[in-house]
Amino acid sequence: MTPEELQEISDSEKEAQSKYSHTVNVCVAAGCLSCQSQNVKDALEKEIKTQGLEQSCCVKGAGCMGLCSEGPLVSADNKILYKKVAPQDAPAIVQSLGQAPVSRLVCATDVPFFQKQKKIVLENSGVIDAERVEDYVAASGYAALIQALTEMTPGEVIEQVTRSGLRGRGGAGYPTGLKWSTVAKAASARKFAICNADEGDPGAFMDRSVLESDPHRVLEGMLLAAYAVGASEGYFYVRAEYPLAIKRLRLAIKQAERLGLLGSNICGTRFNFRVDVRLGAGAFVCGEETALIASIEGKRGMPRPRPPFPAQAGMYGEPTLINNVETYANVPSIIRNGGDWYAKIGTEKSKGTKVFALAGRIQNTGLVEVPMGITLREIVFEIGGGIPEGKQFKAVQTGGPSGGCLPSQFLDMPVDYESLARAGSIMGSGGMIVIDETACMVDVAKYFMDFCMSESCGKCIPCRAGTYQLYELLNRITHYQASPQDMDVLAELCDLLKNTSLCGLGQSAANPVLSTLRYFGDEYKAHVSSQTCQAGVCGNSGGAR
Amino acid sequence: MNAAAGVKTLRIDERDFSARADETILEVARQNGIFIPTLCELKGLSEVGACRLCLVEVKNSNRLLPACVTRVEEGMEITTNSQRLERYRRSILELLFTERNHICSVCVSNGHCELQSLAQKLGMDHVHFPYRYPKAQVDASHPRFLVDHNRCILCSRCVRVCDEVEGAHTWDVKGRGINTQIISDLDQPWGSSETCTGCGKCVHVCPTGALSEKGRSVAEMMKRRQFLPYLTLMREDRE
Repeated sequence: MTPEELQEISDSEKEAQSKYSHTVNVCVAAGCLSCQSQNVKDALEKEIKTQGLEQSCCVKGAGCMGLCSEGPLVSADNKILYKKVAPQDAPAIVQSLGQAPVSRLVCATDVPFFQKQKKIVLENSGVIDAERVEDYVAASGYAALIQALTEMTPGEVIEQVTRSGLRGRGGAGYPTGLKWSTVAKAASARKFAICNADEGDPGAFMDRSVLESDPHRVLEGMLLAAYAVGASEGYFYVRAEYPLAIKRLRLAIKQAERLGLLGSNICGTRFNFRVDVRLGAGAFVCGEETALIASIEGKRGMPRPRPPFPAQAGMYGEPTLINNVETYANVPSIIRNGGDWYAKIGTEKSKGTKVFALAGRIQNTGLVEVPMGITLREIVFEIGGGIPEGKQFKAVQTGGPSGGCLPSQFLDMPVDYESLARAGSIMGSGGMIVIDETACMVDVAKYFMDFCMSESCGKCIPCRAGTYQLYELLNRITHYQASPQDMDVLAELCDLLKNTSLCGLGQSAANPVLSTLRYFGDEYKAHVSSQTCQAGVCGNSGGAR
Repeated sequence: MNAAAGVKTLRIDERDFSARADETILEVARQNGIFIPTLCELKGLSEVGACRLCLVEVKNSNRLLPACVTRVEEGMEITTNSQRLERYRRSILELLFTERNHICSVCVSNGHCELQSLAQKLGMDHVHFPYRYPKAQVDASHPRFLVDHNRCILCSRCVRVCDEVEGAHTWDVKGRGINTQIISDLDQPWGSSETCTGCGKCVHVCPTGALSEKGRSVAEMMKRRQFLPYLTLMREDRE
């Protein structure tokens, strides 16, 4: 593959697309597929055939368009968005092409949900066909890779990433450029690059959607990383619960191999890279990097103490770069537009955009990409459309089981790594669960502790037995069986877990309890001293779950 | 002063020491008679850093570090004992006692048990977490040994000695979290294991009464570990 050949693919694809005067995109990512968008797509294709418009109209299976709660979503000519489309709406939609849109199906796009977003990672989602590499190439895909391989040294690639200020999107927010340069400097003939797609936080579906909607972008980002750090072997670690993401990723790898973008002597350079997909069997702890490596190596997925960090000794003891799906997906845009361009977006210490999965008690459930520094209020009330059924906002949970619940006093706080940490939560991988007045915060804490307890790997004692004791304690509180002394034990166990656990799962398992204790301590007190649950969730028969 | 390559100087509990760069905090402490409690660590086996009893405070580190796996660094200032560490260590031991059924008075290892003696040494005189009293199994299918899961603390010494020293890898771990359990082969009775060589190394590295020889009554099971340093030494010589 040379720059000219890539251009040729792009040109011929653009030419083929320009033959059609109308394009209808149907979302075929998991969310819309689950409400029968495949039937909608089939109906549209059939309708176009019966009207004899095959030459001028094309139907494309595109990726996620974001507003999952209104699915199946269909967009006509990338201008008009239709919501809740049923197969029987196909004739009306096809007839309206080039004319006035079908008003009963139109989904307004001049609302904050669309206007307040800034799309980098998701720029192709809902626009291109995830199963066709040509479509990705026509959207400037792989241009960054070819540019890097032919015009830039690995050091220059790292410099751009460092200048961009990109930080790990998997949760901890470690500076990506620094990580890359550490692996690049490690002396070894064999290095690995790994993509962590073991997304496991309850209510989070960012990585899944990116892989389903734009797998080539992640692959390109990983190739750029591999070139920068000198890795020649790579693995995608995807959870097996994401069959569609796996299918599209495997297809993308095959297509890239066929184009010579993967394999030996990529683009006629000395850069070799081959990549494999490994499926996670459903253990949350395998998202922790050392456990993930153990799992790929074929061992039981359990973390080991760090140091040594994977950057020094990872897969088979060799230097290994691990980044999350969203981190890699940012890289092609950074190389294409320059690190300085990316650094202009966001806040001083948190650059760029972040994809959030909005879930829970919120009007617009779905996937959004917003610039760092946006306030929680903007995300929840403007983009998210607020709380349904006129209920009161109570808290927003970020960071999954490692994060915390933030009450209304933080709604005007900018969303960046530091602010969230100061407030007692974390950025996490991007799950955002909105909680309204009908939820009991002790019950919420219990839910997350139950999750951590069943996902603990069992290696270290504080996590293995501590999460059990904490869960049982929370269970007693929600059953009104706890004594005031139990509250001291609760605090003691949280402190023990945080300071003595082996890996991040155990160290952060107490966060949901700590943050609810901090901001909703009254609810705990009411359960213990006056046997009342303000939300009416708990009773003598126990919590809601 | 630091001209000699690979030698580091550090402070442990207000005393100065020198150490080879590849040594761990625990090794240096032991050489100099400083006691750091351990349960999963055993010289001659790989370190896993799982029991968290050997956590120490290191100046300018915001986290506690496990002494068994942390290599020494120049100028490190380490505290092996403080009120905070004592509290954590006692809590960890209490969690271990509540996790399974550790009833010393009827245990074959009574008086020779590492868990028991650590509890005595660290002053764990009561348990303030509720006991779980799980229903755990005893597997006596092996002709010479038995495994009593009531006493197991999941230190994984048996797993490591069987894999790393004997080379059989009969033992492994199944399940997650609180339901984690040691298994022989693919979770079949020990007596029907096809990989077990019957060497008994696992029995003798086990810190508690979880693995024992048959025919021992209460307090009769003494563990003999001399083989481990000896084997390690002989293998080093050969390499």
